[in-house]
Amino acid sequence: MDYTFFQHYWWAILSLLGGILVFLLFVQGGQGMLYTIGRTPAQRTTLGYSLGRKWGLTFTTLVTFGGAFFASFPLFYSTSFGGAFYVWMLILFVFVIQAVGYEFRDKPNNFLGERTFGAFLQINGILGPLLLGTAVATLFTGAPFTVGRMNLNVVGDFNTISEWATPWHGLDALADYRNLALGLAVLFLSRVLGLQYFINDIDDKAIVERSHRRLLWNSAAFLVFFLVFAVSLLFSTGMAVDPATGVVSPEPYKYLHNLVQMPAVAVVFLAGVLSVLWGIWIGISKASRRAIWFSGAGTVATVTALLLLAGWNDTAYYPSLVDAQSSLTLANSSSSLFTLTTMSVVSLAVPFVLAYVWYVWRALSRGRVTESEATGAVG
Amino acid sequence: MLSTAADLLNVVDWSRAQFAMTAIYHWLFVPLTLGLGPLCAIMETIYVRTGDESWRRMTKFWMRLFGINFAAGVATGLILEFEFGTNWSNYSHFVGDIFGAPLAIEGIVAFFMEATFLAVMFFGWNRVSRRFHLTSTWMVAIGANLSALWILVANSWMQNPVGTAFNPATARNEMISFWEVLFSPTAMNKFSHTVTSGFVLGAIVVIGVSAWYLLRGREQQMALRGIRLASVFGAAALVLALTTGHSSGMNVARTQPMKLAAMEGLYEGSARAEFSVVGLLKPEAERMTGDDAYRFELAVPGLLSWMSFGDVNAWVPGIRDIVNGNPEHGLLPVAEKIERGKVAIGELAAYQQAMQAGDAAALAALNAKFDPSTSEGAAFIDEYFRYFGYGYISAPADVVPNVPLVYWSFRVMVGLGCLFVLLFAATLWLSLKGAVEKRRWLLRAMVWMIPLAYLSTVCGWLVTEMGRQPWAIQDLMPTVAAVTKVPSSSVMVTFCIFLALFTALLIADLKILTRQIKIGPGE
Repeated sequence: MDYTFFQHYWWAILSLLGGILVFLLFVQGGQGMLYTIGRTPAQRTTLGYSLGRKWGLTFTTLVTFGGAFFASFPLFYSTSFGGAFYVWMLILFVFVIQAVGYEFRDKPNNFLGERTFGAFLQINGILGPLLLGTAVATLFTGAPFTVGRMNLNVVGDFNTISEWATPWHGLDALADYRNLALGLAVLFLSRVLGLQYFINDIDDKAIVERSHRRLLWNSAAFLVFFLVFAVSLLFSTGMAVDPATGVVSPEPYKYLHNLVQMPAVAVVFLAGVLSVLWGIWIGISKASRRAIWFSGAGTVATVTALLLLAGWNDTAYYPSLVDAQSSLTLANSSSSLFTLTTMSVVSLAVPFVLAYVWYVWRALSRGRVTESEATGAVG
Repeated sequence: MLSTAADLLNVVDWSRAQFAMTAIYHWLFVPLTLGLGPLCAIMETIYVRTGDESWRRMTKFWMRLFGINFAAGVATGLILEFEFGTNWSNYSHFVGDIFGAPLAIEGIVAFFMEATFLAVMFFGWNRVSRRFHLTSTWMVAIGANLSALWILVANSWMQNPVGTAFNPATARNEMISFWEVLFSPTAMNKFSHTVTSGFVLGAIVVIGVSAWYLLRGREQQMALRGIRLASVFGAAALVLALTTGHSSGMNVARTQPMKLAAMEGLYEGSARAEFSVVGLLKPEAERMTGDDAYRFELAVPGLLSWMSFGDVNAWVPGIRDIVNGNPEHGLLPVAEKIERGKVAIGELAAYQQAMQAGDAAALAALNAKFDPSTSEGAAFIDEYFRYFGYGYISAPADVVPNVPLVYWSFRVMVGLGCLFVLLFAATLWLSLKGAVEKRRWLLRAMVWMIPLAYLSTVCGWLVTEMGRQPWAIQDLMPTVAAVTKVPSSSVMVTFCIFLALFTALLIADLKILTRQIKIGPGE
């Protein structure tokens, strides 16, 4: 197992974490519909109680995703977070307001009022998936930055290792329809998953019926935007890296080539898409409680495969739009072999973590949430 | 607007302000999570062992307060991790190879444990068995403290960068020993001192709230139990906090002498150095040039030498010795360190030129200079590279932190620690005698100890973080070289937005907590 192996291994870990994170965004999707599915205070309390047991997992996965990216590809952390400053600050803002939303919303004397904390949850529910999806899309579409590691040797001037070439600091991503398409696809996927979660977890006829009714158009919107992104991605030019020289150059149909040249990833991608479609179908056709599991597993598989397409097979996973050689690749942006190896030992704990998360999830999900349970717990 | 060189200092100041503001708000919530977690777990353990429902009621009450506080802590904590990237992008690259690992491990092994079992703690009372619930509560308490371990390992590495080597090819520091990073004396001292002081704060909150109930004549049984339990727990934690505080101080004396000198307002180094109990410092210009830095001072001779090196006759360097150098004690002047730092940075520039020219011989020679396993490399690192960060410093006086702030923060922290010794001694003694509820003056004092405990813990962090300025990483990278290139106006705007948000959340948190306390545990 050499340096290249560990770089690819850590990209796979990040891809898996990314897949799990997108699945767990069902919490955000559900939040965004708190006031449309929940018509009465008691129904909103029930929805909040049901989601409130899971929001911590989404939040923790986001934190772990960030930490793992920092540890394994610090140059990306430095370049993207520092460069796309406005976008990341906006993302942080919408997640900060979520963290207190659940705990403070129903509490008496909460200073800002129940509706404000409810609005916090709705803002996070809409902007969280939209902005995360848009930001992740730049792993394929690129961003306007330059990297010069040796800028550190300039003293007394404002020279930094990475620089953003426009004054928009990340907001420029909104100007590319492909980024918006993925952002909107993630937003509507999170809503589909949120609705399927309500159907699965809540024992309330009105809530289940309303959730079922909204599945159709949210699914349709998701499929349209996902299709726009997927088609444009497969036919777009990507940045390939020569493993021998490290030189980065454009390659037409790069992501389509990646799909063909990595059949295992293609199988995971197709299986994931089919699983999501099956989940959507059984959700719409018969309001199946099992829809969330098919859509959820499919989401994890699809997103994992998409992220593998972005970084594996000698691909620049963060292309620079202004200087191709500044593009970030697994080889030029990873941590040292020592750190990746050490972190790989720690990563052996991941299956154990997933096992106890699953066990706890099952333990808490025995029996569906009822209005009396939720209002009793909060009241 | 793109950032310019003229904007650099503004960006540094606003970025420091943003990070400090976030860290201070975060730290208002974390110590209670650290301290209240184990106390809730102990209460629930007693409930499970005895089956006494009143312990269950008490546990649920304190858990409710724990949950409110935890949410605010999580909200403020998220942004800290990402601010290393958004505000300190040079730093993220320069040391991300080492610094990122503890953050990732924290997420994988600690935060997941905390967040997963937290759901059982709050939503599992009627869904899982008693023992499973109790295990979950302990897992949350352990997870929170494990989380603190990894964060403090990362922070300690910034104070004392060990287990690392500089790689000129990647222009960054790389980890060469994980165990050295994890078990560095700085990390172990900081972890044990921080966690035990969190336990002390948690105990003081339980004592203070319980005292409030006794003053109001409410919840007598729960309050007396709370005071007894928290007194024992807090007293034990305080002994450990004092012990680890002392060993932390000794470690600072070895690794960050400027911070120690600032903590003591010590300008002229001496053997049998005095510990300044309290004093009034002269203005900065007079402190650096005059004979005596104080207008008046109450000091104990030899105590600082003993506290720093375990020997009353040991020599402790002062700020002037560190800035101007002291050949007798082998201290280089900062001006010389700046020159050596520039030499080290110059070698990095030479490396870049050799790379661009494809000069293999020059690259090999420069690689040898940065290789600690060769004698040439060891000598270069010891004589030049260890001062790398000084190369970015403009003037020697820039390495002196804000002395009055550090000096007074340290005194407030230590003074309040001494006050807490008296508090725990009194509450323990009176609890054992069964007379605590009769001393109303003591009950009032217990309530007032709550804000003082917060003041003490924030002052501790002010000493730690302000005392190491101007360094982001001690001796290797000053904040001026660590910052992200964004317009200062952008950082100012985000600073104001998050200041307003966190202030609103703090007010909400306090109002909710006080209302929940007034409501009480309920039936």
